[in-house]
Amino acid sequence: MSLETIIDLHIKNGAPGDMNYTGKDFSSDQDVRWCPGCGDYTILKQVQTAMPEIGVKKEDIVFISGIGCAARFPYYMDTFGMHSIHGRAAAIATGLKISRPELSIWVISGDGDSLSIGGNHFLHLLRRNVNVNYLLFNNQVYGLTKGQYSPTAPSGSVSKSTPYGSIDHAVNPLSFALGADGSFVARAMDRDPKHLNQMILRANSHRGTSMLEIYQNCIVFNDGAFERFTDKKTRPVEAVYLEQGEPLIFGEKNEKGIRLDGLVPKVVSMKNGEFSKDDLWIHDEKDKTKAYMLSRFFDQPEPGDENRMPRPFGVLFAEERFCYDEEVNRQIAGVVERKGVGNLDELLRGRETWIVK
Amino acid sequence: MQVKDQVRDDVTIRFAGDSGDGMQLTGSLFTNTTALQGNDIRTLPEFPAEIRAPIGTVPGVSSFQLHFGSKEIMTPGDECDVLVVMNSAALKANLSLLRKGGIIIANTSGFDKKNLNLAKYGEDNNPLENGSLSDYIVIEVDVTRLTKESLSDSGLSYKDIERSKNMFVLGLLYWMYNRPLDSTISFLNQKFTKKPEIAQGNIKVLKDGYHYGETTEVFAETYTVKKAQIGAGEYRSITGNEATVLGLVAAARQGNIPLFFGSYPITPASDILHELSALKNFGVTTFQAEDEIAAVSSAIGAAFGGSLGVTSSSGPGIALKAEAVGLAVMLELPLVILNIQRAGPSTGMPTKTEQSDLLQAMYGRNGESPVVIIAPATPGDCFDAAFEASRIAIEHMIPVYFLSDGYLANGSEPWKFPQQKGLKKVNVRFEPARNGEDNPFLPYARDERLVRSWAIPGTPGIEHRVGGLEKEAETGNVSYDPDNHQLMTNLRKERVDKIADSIPLQQVDSGKDHGDAVLVGWGSTYGSIRTAVRELMVEGYSVSHVHIKYLNPFPKNLGEILNNFDQVIVPEMNSGQLVKLLRDTFFVPAKGINKVKGRPFFVDELKQEVKTILSEKV
Ligand SMILES: Cc1ncc(C[n+]2csc(CCOP(=O)(O)OP(=O)(O)O)c2C)c(N)n1
Ligand code: SF4
Ligand SMILES: [Mg+2]
Repeated sequence: MSLETIIDLHIKNGAPGDMNYTGKDFSSDQDVRWCPGCGDYTILKQVQTAMPEIGVKKEDIVFISGIGCAARFPYYMDTFGMHSIHGRAAAIATGLKISRPELSIWVISGDGDSLSIGGNHFLHLLRRNVNVNYLLFNNQVYGLTKGQYSPTAPSGSVSKSTPYGSIDHAVNPLSFALGADGSFVARAMDRDPKHLNQMILRANSHRGTSMLEIYQNCIVFNDGAFERFTDKKTRPVEAVYLEQGEPLIFGEKNEKGIRLDGLVPKVVSMKNGEFSKDDLWIHDEKDKTKAYMLSRFFDQPEPGDENRMPRPFGVLFAEERFCYDEEVNRQIAGVVERKGVGNLDELLRGRETWIVK
Repeated sequence: MQVKDQVRDDVTIRFAGDSGDGMQLTGSLFTNTTALQGNDIRTLPEFPAEIRAPIGTVPGVSSFQLHFGSKEIMTPGDECDVLVVMNSAALKANLSLLRKGGIIIANTSGFDKKNLNLAKYGEDNNPLENGSLSDYIVIEVDVTRLTKESLSDSGLSYKDIERSKNMFVLGLLYWMYNRPLDSTISFLNQKFTKKPEIAQGNIKVLKDGYHYGETTEVFAETYTVKKAQIGAGEYRSITGNEATVLGLVAAARQGNIPLFFGSYPITPASDILHELSALKNFGVTTFQAEDEIAAVSSAIGAAFGGSLGVTSSSGPGIALKAEAVGLAVMLELPLVILNIQRAGPSTGMPTKTEQSDLLQAMYGRNGESPVVIIAPATPGDCFDAAFEASRIAIEHMIPVYFLSDGYLANGSEPWKFPQQKGLKKVNVRFEPARNGEDNPFLPYARDERLVRSWAIPGTPGIEHRVGGLEKEAETGNVSYDPDNHQLMTNLRKERVDKIADSIPLQQVDSGKDHGDAVLVGWGSTYGSIRTAVRELMVEGYSVSHVHIKYLNPFPKNLGEILNNFDQVIVPEMNSGQLVKLLRDTFFVPAKGINKVKGRPFFVDELKQEVKTILSEKV
């Protein structure tokens, strides 16, 4: 016997959805209201483009967001959606996923939403490994409230609330996610749509919390924050794309590589014959120690230093690990199997009764 | 000496000892036996605030009061007739609750020098010897020594022997009140199936306690309390938190939907989480969240997916949920918020009771965000109130506050439990799938009760977005239109008001439907007010009792009832909250009787206050 509720009956009776979608099928009738030129547009486009490829019926997809510019996202997707309250999308998604594990759930959140007000929920989502996709739109600023520095803004950032420069030490979202035992940790950027699209699909196919940080340009309050990665001229030197099983190569002519000298990553040149591809760090997204090292490739050392590390893009870490929502439901099924579906009358009676005549 | 047996209508016993002395268990076993004997009974456990307060000190005292009788028993009793104290700290903490002339049964080992010092009496100032207890009947029993003797050949460890001394006291009290031992014996056998030697040890001590009463000559009297005249039927004993759990599970069953419960531990609400966690084969999913915000948020997420979303907390935890409750008001989803109220602002007094969150439930959110409020009156009534809260949440797609408190949560009473076939049906209406584009789905379209439909993910053709931004009527699209905001604000209020059409009319609980004064209460004060009013009526006063379960919206006829009395008197365990709502809603010059001492009203103090108010008028 199983516990069949009205939800199961309701869903079963639904007509099967038409699955020949195009990206357009995922665009809602609402006008998109981000500032012209905002990085959010390309992310929206890439998510809509990716949706027909994930093989899920539209009615089984739910977008849940907190508050912020990024968090307006669900209104523009023609799926189920909830624009909730600041920082709490992770918790709402957890409740929905536990109770409806068959749904494909996407959390959309800004850097402030995820890492200041919602930091606690973000931590617990990651460690529980709830099977949802988490897109963190990082623009290093509070966009919606018009330009205060955010927890990912580098120290010294000048913003409306920090006219003399911020004093905070910035949080590194990927180190945070790895520290919380996130099972999938990746980075992409708005200005490389093709790679972004691949990353969205990778995030979708991973079982567990798939945390994809997306560098997103806020053209109004923090324009150019990621220019050195997004500008085609500087990108080859400042960014390194990670490919599973491939060496870490970058540079204008792919002439540079990263080599592990014991536990110390070093930038090496392959120009003068001293080093070749075979000497380089081979990316292994299952290696957590290396993933953590990669997440620390973060503005160190100073620009101009010959050992300056490029910023990694791609999947830093991916491991298979049990998901909270699946286990909760497995445990329930186990109890039902052992004890049978509970009898309400027996429960109401309790253990000991007496009769008054 | 001849032991005389006296008949008593009702008796109040208070067991008090160190946290480690097992007083809670002793009290509940006495309760079960007494209920099985057919008495009416109410209990009030009181725990120390600290988990492991220093042994032998006043803060470490734990007590359990029970009031039983052959007449209707509605409160755990004002003062007690018998006070059992396992040590001197227990006496110090509880003596003020014993009536003059009452019986103290004192474990003399708990009055040695060490204990006297720990209780801050001072080693040379033993209250059992210094004459300070001359107003009471003191019975000294060396429980600790007698228990050791009883088990000297048992082979049990010192610790196990020490732990069974509460059974000696229980046996002794069973003898005093002519109670049988069998229910306790079968409990002990069941509890210690894996350690039969401990079961045997406890049973031996229990019997020796009983025989001690029979053979020694320290007691002059035993007491008989006859069966009560309570309604025929099958009963069980139940606490408020247990009944709350059953009410939720039953409502979800009656609607055939899953129950999702998100919570974060806090006294005195945690037992609800514990109990529900064990009911996984009843369609219940429990989630111990990282904080109260996540707890309520997860419940909202589950409600969006078609579950009955429930969250529970108390005091500061409820404050944390406020923003998310506002979201649920906007989303119009079924959410039940269980507030097991406790005393004080901030952390306050976690183990003490109070009913001071009514106005918070009513108004404690940003913007105008009305919710439904329901309060149970007795431990057993928590079942009906939780069921109703869930039913209304589901059928009206609305957040409902359930206001219990520590006193109801832990207190117990005999409960004539219902059968499933007698329960109301809960109507769940999920929005059906759509195939054509001709008539687009409108998520905020309403039926005649102003209720929108529950449109759950997984249903083709009704994909839609909801959120905390103001909604355009019908479409649910984001709207800042001034007239629309006025309309939606009005609608959210009317939605609540309309629920008055489907809830029962207010009844007068005791007394006539008109008279000099009506005492209007809500929540856990029910028993004290009812008892006080009935006693005042016997004394010739023209008073009645009205107890409100549906606090928002009020029952439609409430104003009419209040207008039939010259005076409206509102006793509350707060500084005057319902009284404000009544004055504001019905323009009646209601007066409050207010107390915030962390414990329920005494019947006598209520009667005194009412008499004072009535005499002022003349
Ligand atoms: C409880 C609460 N506090 C503050 C706000 C105001 N607020 C709205 S969005 C936001 C910051 C958003 O920053 P981020 O998450 O980085 O999103 P972005 O706008 O940059 O996309 C703040 C502080 C709010 N809506 N709710
Ligand atoms: S303020 Fe910045 S983040 Fe927000 S919509 Fe405009 S450009 Fe985008
Ligand atoms: Mg931001």
